[in-house]
Amino acid sequence: MTIRARFRLDRGEFSLDVDLDLPGRGVTALFGPSGSGKTTLLRLIAGLDRAPGHLEVNGEVWQDDGRDLFLPTHKRALGYVFQEASLFPHLNARRNLEYGLKRVPADERRVDMDHVLDLLGIGHLLERRPDRLSGGERQRVAIARALLTSPRILLMDEPLAALDLARKQEILPYLERLHDEMETPILYVSHAPDEVARLADHIVALDNGRAIAEGPLAATLARLDLPIRLGEDAGVVIDATIGARDEAWHLIRADFAGGGLWVRDTGHAIGHRVRVRILARDVSLALEHPRDTSIINLLPGTVAELAVDNHPALALVRVEVDGTAIVARLTRRSVAALGLAPGKPVWVQVKAVALVG
Amino acid sequence: MTPSDLTAVWLTLKLAGLTTLILLLIATPIAWWLARTRSFWKRPVAAVVNLPLVLPPTVLGFYLLLVMGPEGPVGQLTQAIGLGRLPFTFWGLVVGSVLFSFPFAVQPIQNAFEAMGERPMEVAATLRAGFRDRFFSVAVPLAKPGFLTAIVLAFAHTVGEFGVVLMLGGNIPGETQVVSVAIYNHVEAMEYGPAHLLAGTMVAFSFLVLLSLNLLGRRRAP
Repeated sequence: MTIRARFRLDRGEFSLDVDLDLPGRGVTALFGPSGSGKTTLLRLIAGLDRAPGHLEVNGEVWQDDGRDLFLPTHKRALGYVFQEASLFPHLNARRNLEYGLKRVPADERRVDMDHVLDLLGIGHLLERRPDRLSGGERQRVAIARALLTSPRILLMDEPLAALDLARKQEILPYLERLHDEMETPILYVSHAPDEVARLADHIVALDNGRAIAEGPLAATLARLDLPIRLGEDAGVVIDATIGARDEAWHLIRADFAGGGLWVRDTGHAIGHRVRVRILARDVSLALEHPRDTSIINLLPGTVAELAVDNHPALALVRVEVDGTAIVARLTRRSVAALGLAPGKPVWVQVKAVALVG
Repeated sequence: MTPSDLTAVWLTLKLAGLTTLILLLIATPIAWWLARTRSFWKRPVAAVVNLPLVLPPTVLGFYLLLVMGPEGPVGQLTQAIGLGRLPFTFWGLVVGSVLFSFPFAVQPIQNAFEAMGERPMEVAATLRAGFRDRFFSVAVPLAKPGFLTAIVLAFAHTVGEFGVVLMLGGNIPGETQVVSVAIYNHVEAMEYGPAHLLAGTMVAFSFLVLLSLNLLGRRRAP
């Protein structure tokens, strides 16, 4: 179960040259700044644009220039969610949903209508026309419409970018449920690090039409050559489980292999799996166990790697906390003052932790 | 109205109806091509399509007469395949009307296809619809206001033509004598009563056409 995509495109000022081998399950984020080729790559995979290359999705060849094979978009078992919902304005929500569904042969339908309606919370909107739906509702209908074609792969092109913050917060939980409940692999284009941190299992970082990093999310974010390009958003993501609740102080503890992190009580039940995001700028290091500090999250670790950050005053330091990587952004003066070097034991002070889903 | 006037009215409606139908069939693919192509030929083709807008109808009628006449290439073709000569027949008028009203059918449809953008057709393709399927299930419904405008304009413009008819069809009752020509005959013969009746009908018809166009345009806005 994999997706193999190899494309080479030269449009003068823009060129794309990728050779990717992506997992055939979970959410893979195509991440990068605008103009990096994310959307172009997605359109090539969908067959909406064409460039020399080779494409195979879970065992089915969609493009093979050697055999002069190019499956047109409507013959590819894919779902595509555009940035703007792009519902057909002349059809109500129900008939938008049915548009794709009824074009898929009955014996190839694997996705249950009721399940999708429930998953995206749109059951009560079916008789409305698109202009009577909010931006968030439209996008949920568009996602459902794509899912109902029982795609082998779901391509999502910045599905939240056209929405305001409130609408994003409205949709993200639905995307998480999608991730948890559907078997369909998702390719998710985004330039928003918080969305990637929240949703992705796997990440491909694109820059200038090249894949500059690729791998499982946590390991890739902990690489020091990538945070440089993430700038202020450099940081790691850790999968954790809620292990304890401190009723008196309204805190819960997210436990992972290297220890526990106290965060504001979000109401999650004990045992609930969560994803924790720690930005490098919220992490500082100390040589001895700090006393009398306001910071409640202190973890013992070992310096693993150092790198110069995007400003000559700054450095990034990767610390291993019992096998889990945490990245800290420090001044180089601090690095020198503490004598930080690989192998040195340190205390990691985490000032802010965000639970992302 | 005299029987010959009624015949003229019926002939005019038949001519306009047939012309509109044929125009829809020919103009739609050309409008689609003009709306989507990036070919070098787009502008020259658009200019040719729009020629009847600026040409005097007599010029168009004159060339059609030559081309479809016994010595003209189209005339020789129609005679060779047994259709006879087209000038001074009803079908000759249909050919002339189609060419004369061509831009009035192409432009509204082309504008509607352009306003739609590429996205709806791309979405339909990702939902498994092949080209013909998505053209009829997405492009045509979305371009509906353009089609309605094209129908009204093509029909009305054909009803109102005079120059091409006179050059190409003459004045044969029941065959090529349409309302505009009948009015001309009445005026020539100083029969102002019947002329008023037909002319007044034309004014009322034109008013209704413009009113319906206006209403169509209003309904387009959400």
